[in-house]
Amino acid sequence: MPYLFDTPEQRRHMLDAIRIQHVDELFAQIPPEMQLKRELNLPPAASELALQQEMEQRLGQGGTLLKTCFLGGGVYDHFIPAVVDEITSRGEFYTAYTPYQAEASQGTLQAFYEYQTLISQLTGMDVSNASLYEGGTAVSEAVFMAMRINGRHQKVIFAGTLHPEYRQVLQTYFARLGTRLVELPHTNGVIDPKTCRAAIDAETTAIVIQHPNFFGCLEDVAALTAIAHEAGALSILAFDAVSPGLLKKPADYGVDIAVAEGQPLGTPLQYGGPLLGIFTCRNEYIRKMPGRLIGKTTDRKGRDCFALNLQAREQHIRRDKATSNICTNQGLLALRTTVFLATVGSRGLKQMATLCHQKARYAADLLTRIAGVSLKFRQPFFREFLLQTPRPAAEVLGALADEGINVGPDLARFQMTNIDGWQNCFLVALTEKRTRAEIENLAKALKEVL
Amino acid sequence: MRNQTATQLLFEMSKAGRGTIVFPKSDVPAVTSIPGIDNVHLATEPLPLPEIAEPDVVRHFVNLSTLNMSVDSHFYPLGSCTMKYNPKRHERLARLPQAATSHPYQPEDQIQGLLSILFEMQGMLAEISGLPGISLHPAAGAQGEFTALLTAAAYFKDRSEKRTRVLFPTSAHGTNPASAALAGFECVQLAGGRNGFVDLDELKTQLDDRTAVFMVTNPNTLGLFERDIAKVAEMLHGVGGLVYIDGANMNAILGKTRPGDFGGDMMHYNVHKTFTGPHGAGGPGAGPIAVRDFLAPFLPAPVVTYDAAKNEYSLSTPAKSIGQVRTFFGNVGILLRGYFYIRTLGGKGLREASENAVLNANYLLSQVKDFLEVPHGDRCMHEFVASARKIKEQSGVTTMDIAKRLLDYGFHAPTVYFPLVVEEAMMIEPTETESLQTLDAFATALRTICSEPADLVKGAPHSTAICRPDEVNAARKPVLCWSAPEC
Repeated sequence: MPYLFDTPEQRRHMLDAIRIQHVDELFAQIPPEMQLKRELNLPPAASELALQQEMEQRLGQGGTLLKTCFLGGGVYDHFIPAVVDEITSRGEFYTAYTPYQAEASQGTLQAFYEYQTLISQLTGMDVSNASLYEGGTAVSEAVFMAMRINGRHQKVIFAGTLHPEYRQVLQTYFARLGTRLVELPHTNGVIDPKTCRAAIDAETTAIVIQHPNFFGCLEDVAALTAIAHEAGALSILAFDAVSPGLLKKPADYGVDIAVAEGQPLGTPLQYGGPLLGIFTCRNEYIRKMPGRLIGKTTDRKGRDCFALNLQAREQHIRRDKATSNICTNQGLLALRTTVFLATVGSRGLKQMATLCHQKARYAADLLTRIAGVSLKFRQPFFREFLLQTPRPAAEVLGALADEGINVGPDLARFQMTNIDGWQNCFLVALTEKRTRAEIENLAKALKEVL
Repeated sequence: MRNQTATQLLFEMSKAGRGTIVFPKSDVPAVTSIPGIDNVHLATEPLPLPEIAEPDVVRHFVNLSTLNMSVDSHFYPLGSCTMKYNPKRHERLARLPQAATSHPYQPEDQIQGLLSILFEMQGMLAEISGLPGISLHPAAGAQGEFTALLTAAAYFKDRSEKRTRVLFPTSAHGTNPASAALAGFECVQLAGGRNGFVDLDELKTQLDDRTAVFMVTNPNTLGLFERDIAKVAEMLHGVGGLVYIDGANMNAILGKTRPGDFGGDMMHYNVHKTFTGPHGAGGPGAGPIAVRDFLAPFLPAPVVTYDAAKNEYSLSTPAKSIGQVRTFFGNVGILLRGYFYIRTLGGKGLREASENAVLNANYLLSQVKDFLEVPHGDRCMHEFVASARKIKEQSGVTTMDIAKRLLDYGFHAPTVYFPLVVEEAMMIEPTETESLQTLDAFATALRTICSEPADLVKGAPHSTAICRPDEVNAARKPVLCWSAPEC
C-alpha cells in the first residue's frame, strides 16, 4: 500500500488505544462466513514508474496515429486554452467536495455563481443551475421539470431531428412511466411546424427541439415554441453550446427551458465522459429546477458571500419528493467552462463560432464538388452537415480512417433507416482547430476513396 | 492576505475592449455555393460575456482557490464521502492521448488500448464486489442506483412479475428514495430498528409479492456492518425481491467481504470515493454498477467485450438491455483514475487500505468518546456518528457550531445532521490516508472546542473570509445570477 503513514510503533499505539491486539478484531462485526478468506484476485501492486511506462504503451498513440478529427454528433474536438488546464489542476479546486460548508468553500461557490451567470449570459435565459451530468440527461431532466410545471404526464413530443442518443435516454427514462414519446417526422432535415401543430394536444407536456439539430440544420424554433405555448405545453431546446457566438441565443426564440452539452466550452473529449449538462430556464420555474443552485447572500456581518440555495428541492432534504435524484453537479467541468468563457470572452466566442461555421461551409463546398457527393439536406447549417456519397458510409469512413482522417458518425450507427439512402450518409463536423490544409486533404482523400 | 481586487466577480473586473487572443484569423476562403444562414437565425448583438485579460483571469481563480479547504490542503473528515488522498500520478496518466482525446464515435480499432483497460476494469469491479455483471455506464452513484433499479424493473417485467415497491431504512442516503421515485417505484421507508440496524420484524411486515427491491447501505450510514444482512437477503429472496447495496461505504470492506458474498444482488460503486476519483468540488463522479448473473442481460448499453480468437475489444449491447441512461460510454476520465488506483494498490493493498481506514476511524472514536457521545457503541467500521445532543442540552452549542469552530482550527467539518436517525449527528470519516499525528491533532481540537465558552463556539468561524451565510433570506429572495447595476 503506497500511501501509508504510520510506523509499526504508531500502529501499536493505536491498537493499544482501542484495546485490541490485531486489526482483524475490528472486522469481527462481519460474520465469519461472509469474510473473504483469500486475497482479491487482482494484478499485483504497480509502482508509479512501472504504471506510467505501461500506460504510455497502452494509452499513448501506440499503433494508431492520432487522426485528424472531423467527428461530430454532440461532442467536438475544440481547442482548450492552457489557462483552463492550469487553473483546474489546482488541488484546492479538484480535491474539494460539494460546498456544504460555505465558509470553507467560497472559492468554489463564487466560481459556480459566476458559471451560472456566464451561462445566463450565453443563453439569455434567466437562470442556470450549477450543471447536470451531460446533454442527454439534461434533456430528460427538462421533460421531468415540464411535467412538474404543467402537471401533464401523458405525452412528450420530440423532433425527429433530435440526437438519437438523447432520444434513447428519453426512452429509457420515460418508457417505464407510461409516458408516450411522439416523434415529429422531419422534412428535408428540419421540422415543418405544421407537423407539430397536428401532433400537439392538451395532454402534451412539452416539445423537445434541437437547434442546430443532429444533422446540423437550423430549426424554426420560434414557430415551434409558439405552437407549444398555444397548446399549454413547454418548449425545451437543446442547443449547441458554441452556437450563441454566431446564432441567436435560446432566449431569443422564447423557449422555456434550454439545455446543452457543455463539452465544447473547455472540456476534453475523454471518450465521451465526464461531460457537462447545461441547464437553464425562466425565472418563474426556479423552484421546479433539478440540480444544485448557488445563490448570493450576506453573512452575519453583512458581507457579500455565496452559499448553496433552494436546497429544499434536493434529494438530501426532500428524498422521494425531490426534483431529481442528482446529488452533486459536474463541479470541475463547470469550473473549466467558467475559466474558458472568462478567457475567450464575448469576442473570442464569436470568433470561435464564426471559424466553425466558415470552415464547415468551405468543407461542404469542397466535398460537394466531388462527383456523386452531395449535402443530404440542402439547408443552412452551423458547423456540421450530413453528406451523402455513392458508396456505403461504413466503407468510406473506414477508408478515410486508413488515411489518418476520422469523419462521422454515420447514420447506420443509429439505425436511422427512415432516411432515404441512410446507408450512404454520414456527418462531417468542423471546429476552429481544423486547418485549410486538413480540409483540403479530406476532400482529396474522399475523392480517392470514391 | 486576501486580494480583494482579484476576487471581485468576473463581471465587475470586465472592461469592454480587454481580452485575450486565443483563436487565429480564418484561413479558408468565403464560399457562396452553400446555403447561408438566414438573418432570422443570426445574433443581432454581441453576447454580454465579460472581457478580461488572461493574467487577471489567472489571478482571479488562484485567489478564489485559496478560499477553499480541500484534501490537498486540509484534513477533510466528511463522513460518507471518503475524502482520501487523490494521487497526483492519476492526473498525469489521465492526460495520456487515448484517455484524454478519444472521440466517442472513433472507430474501435483505434482505441484498443483504452477499451482493453475498460474491459479489465469491468473484471476488477466484478472481483471486488463478488457480482459478475458490470456496467461502467452510469455517470455517478445516484445514476447508478437509478440504473440498477431500472435493470431490476426490466428483470421483473421479463418474468411477468408486477412489483411496485422499493424499501429502505430511515438511515438511507437521500438519493435512494429519490432514485426509486424517478424509476417509477413506490417508496416505503422503514422506521428503523434498535441500535441502528435493520429491524427484521418490521421488514417482515412490509415484505410481500409487491416488493421489488430493498436498498441498504452496508456498512450502514452509522458506520456499522449490518450483522443480519444474510437474514435480510434471505427474507427478500424468499418473497422474490432483490437486495440493493448502496456502495458508498465500500472503503470499509475492500478485500474483507463482498456484497455478492453477503447476499447483495446489485450495487453501485462511487469511484470518486472508494477509488479516489477525485471529488472535483462536487463532481464529476462515476457510478458503475455490479449485478448478479441473471440480471446482467438487462444492463444498460454499451459494455466492453473481448474476442480472444481475434484478440479484439469492442462495445456491445446486452441481450435484453434497458438502453442508455446517458450519452456515450460513461465517465471514462474518472473510471480510468479508479483503474490506476486499483493497479497501484493491488489486492493486498486494497485490503490494507480498508484495514487502515477502519483502524483510523476506531482510533479516532477512542479519542473522542469520553467527551462526545457516540450513541451506537464503541466499535465502528470506516466511520462513526457522534452526537452533540448532550452538549446542546448543557450549553446550547450545536453540532453546526462545533463544525464551524473546527474550521478555525484548520480542519474541514465532518458531515453534519446525517444520518437523520441520530440527533445532532456528526459523521466522521478519517480515511486511511491520514497519519496518527493528524488524527491526534483533530481529536485535540474537538476536545478543546467542547470545553470552550459557548459564545466563542456559537460565533464561529472567526478566521474564515465569511461567517454563516443567511440561507433563509437567500432562499426567500434567490439571487442566482449577477446583473449589471442600473445606471
